[in-house]
Amino acid sequence: RVSSDGKPPKFQPPPKPVIIDRKTQKEERRFLSPEFIPPRGRTAPLKYYIERKDMIQRRKVFNIPEFYVGHVLAVTTADPYASDKSKRFVGICIQRGGKGLGATFVLRNVIEDQGVEICYELYSPRIQAIEVLKLEKRLDENLMYLRDALPEYSTFDVNMKPVPRMDHEEIPVNKLQVRMKPKPWSKRWERPKYNIKGIKFELPEHKMKAAQKWSQPWLEFDMLREYDTSKIEAKIWKELSEELEK
Amino acid sequence: STTGACQAIQKLTRVRVVDNSALGNTPYHRPPKCIHVYNKTGVGKVGDKILLAIKGEKKKALIVGHKMPGPTMTPRFDSNNVVLIEDNGNPIGTRIKTPIPCTLRRREGEFSKVLAIARNFV
Repeated sequence: RVSSDGKPPKFQPPPKPVIIDRKTQKEERRFLSPEFIPPRGRTAPLKYYIERKDMIQRRKVFNIPEFYVGHVLAVTTADPYASDKSKRFVGICIQRGGKGLGATFVLRNVIEDQGVEICYELYSPRIQAIEVLKLEKRLDENLMYLRDALPEYSTFDVNMKPVPRMDHEEIPVNKLQVRMKPKPWSKRWERPKYNIKGIKFELPEHKMKAAQKWSQPWLEFDMLREYDTSKIEAKIWKELSEELEK
Repeated sequence: STTGACQAIQKLTRVRVVDNSALGNTPYHRPPKCIHVYNKTGVGKVGDKILLAIKGEKKKALIVGHKMPGPTMTPRFDSNNVVLIEDNGNPIGTRIKTPIPCTLRRREGEFSKVLAIARNFV
């Protein structure tokens, strides 16, 4: 370029390259399975330590993938009474309960117009494989209301192919509002104690207002119910990552 | 208003007949109800025989699934399912479309004919 002065143009350094370090970004999101966090109580921490060692042993042999409530899973179990000695069940995870080695998760599916739910134990030696078919979080942590919802929301194809995972970063949240069968339901889901956001309530206004009578707004300020798990989680995460690298 | 279905099967529970027999599928103004459970306790679980009152007649039936949660790894159904049976154990229907728990295969001797007409196993 020819400048007006006749001198060479001022040296402009090239722009600095922006390094996107994918590896460190991956490690930022850590998932600690909820059954590792010990419940609040007065039992000796030694019991949980020994249980965690057994859980890590099992995880080294068998891979338990990361999953949340709302994912569609396919579980193959060993069954002496089934043809081919193994059984495959596909379903949506509605609940994850239990702590330690007794951690369970319930899968629900509707087969031939019949709703079936099976409660599996995560660390049972009978489980041969767990595959995550669809990665999707829902608005609630407990999808028990699917029992009173229309059956189309619980049907999943048994031969569904696993949906490929897009990013290694975020799990999409499905903001689906489920439509329910007419009342009576197994539980009164409109009450604030269940705090359900994933249902499209088609009840009249006065019923919704009447349900708010059972709300307990003082509960969120109750200090004795607080259980801060951040430090415990950080400790357990360190322990886990050390053991699994060995 | 009706009460919600009972969890395990006992006297006076309304059940759902699952095979394709004529008795089970023709509509009647009263639902089929259990009147007796052939068990030491009066509570019937999967694999127990019960006496059913259908269309004004008494018929024996086999429980193939109930709403009550059982041991882990066993399926829990959304309705109390039952298969109509004769006194000697022969099923009356010819086909069972709804899924049946694999735990029934343990008693292959008594229920071989029922398992033979079943299509899906869960």
